[in-house]
Amino acid sequence: MRTYTVDVLVVGGGAAGMAAAAAAAREGARTVLLERGERLGGVLEQCIHPGFGLHRYREELTGPEFAHRMRQELDDSGAEVLTGATVLEILPDGPAVKVVSPKGLKKFRPRAVVWAVGARERPFGALRIPGTRPSGVFTAGLAQRLLDLEGLLPGRRAVILGSGDIGLIMARRLHLEGVEVRAVLEIQPFPGGLTRNVVQCLRDFGIPLLLSHTVAEVHGRERLEGITAVRVDEHRHPIPGTERRIEADTLILSVGLIPEVRLIEDTVPLDPVNRGPRVNGRLQTEVPWLFAAGNCVAVFDLVDTVAELGERAGASAARYARGELPPGKPVPLVRGENVVSLVPSYLDGTAESARMYLRVPRPMEGVAVDVGGVVRRRVPVARPAEMIEIPLDGDALSELSQKERIVVEVKPK
Amino acid sequence: MTEKKLVCVSCPMGCELTVVLEGKKVVSVSGNRCPRGEEYARSEAVEPRRVLMTLVRVEGGRDRVVSVKTDRPIPLRLFPKAMARVRELSVRAPVAIGTVIEENFLSTGANLVTTRPAR
Repeated sequence: MRTYTVDVLVVGGGAAGMAAAAAAAREGARTVLLERGERLGGVLEQCIHPGFGLHRYREELTGPEFAHRMRQELDDSGAEVLTGATVLEILPDGPAVKVVSPKGLKKFRPRAVVWAVGARERPFGALRIPGTRPSGVFTAGLAQRLLDLEGLLPGRRAVILGSGDIGLIMARRLHLEGVEVRAVLEIQPFPGGLTRNVVQCLRDFGIPLLLSHTVAEVHGRERLEGITAVRVDEHRHPIPGTERRIEADTLILSVGLIPEVRLIEDTVPLDPVNRGPRVNGRLQTEVPWLFAAGNCVAVFDLVDTVAELGERAGASAARYARGELPPGKPVPLVRGENVVSLVPSYLDGTAESARMYLRVPRPMEGVAVDVGGVVRRRVPVARPAEMIEIPLDGDALSELSQKERIVVEVKPK
Repeated sequence: MTEKKLVCVSCPMGCELTVVLEGKKVVSVSGNRCPRGEEYARSEAVEPRRVLMTLVRVEGGRDRVVSVKTDRPIPLRLFPKAMARVRELSVRAPVAIGTVIEENFLSTGANLVTTRPAR
């Protein structure tokens, strides 16, 4: 097995990884990007709808177009790209990373690693829905891949469970391609995805959205024949007598994304709510040589944000590789009222500026975000589907770094 | 005068807009947080327009389909007709990103262009 010494090794060729590798290479680091698939772009390649790039490129692009631009930036940066390369193991001593590719086994000895492998979809098995286990049940991302990358229709009549953005986008795509979308079911009393997707994907085409509904049972032997929909109460318990059968040959699940951490979970402390590694404002984990960015840290709304985080992680990793990033005193960020996702997990006084991202658990109006009593920001409308982004400047960071802990909360103003 | 409530979809903010109309003429727009909101409301209240995104069949290549979009929004009411037209189209591999598949698509002034390369 050949061993390669590099400054920065980036794992994952989606938006976060491409941005990280380009940023690290631009900082002068010898950088290698590993992608297990054949093409770069990650999930962007199958997101053929517009809506990407408004922040980063000031114009509205489709996913593949956004990926194409990032690829050009990556090529210009001088980073080396290895596709078809899967990481088998990360050895914390050294550190060393074992990789298998069509050319055989390789071992990398990087000074810094950027983990940028994205998230995975919550699978059908995790939902424990009663009934049979026929074919015709797909996660939304899988259905999207089949349809929009491979040109294969998953079925003829579909029910979608979950109104997250991917579920809404798939409702529209399936409708346009001639699939009858019978309904979108959402267990919460409010939509899971962005408002614009509710408008443009469902209302535009008259697709019904059933809030406070879930699938009580799956029917069919070989192929799905239908589902039983049921209304739920405020504790998400099915209400007896509200069951109704919906005939369909396809059930699409858009029931959440989970940051992918399998190869690093024994190495690095994770945040129990985000489910990704705990990071500071520079996207550095509590294992100093390991940085992380994108949807493997927490699930973000916008690829523009993911790319920005990737850039910050890549540049930080390059500086760490040069020995320029001394450790600071970690000050944990603590969730107060009404905060679910929260990035970063701690500050350590090493960043000149940082951005904080947080999510509220339910729709709220007329609230303010308070960061340790130092930064206060009004938010007229806060929705779970839309992350709140708070810039922290140098003054705020130095004041916050003096504290023992920083409570972040969202309260009525 | 009539009032229309809309949710702005120009960006993820999702501003709730109120449009006051006199017949087909927009009198006022409120609730927007940026100029794009006003532009959206003026167009949406009279004739909703959307970018169409779909797939065109690829022949003689490794990819079965290539993703396409209209390079500007087209009237939403034309979508069924547009999808029927798209199903008649095909391209020969290889195709570069940004290739115009059909100019002045359905006389809308928009071009149908590829959004990724196909091999």
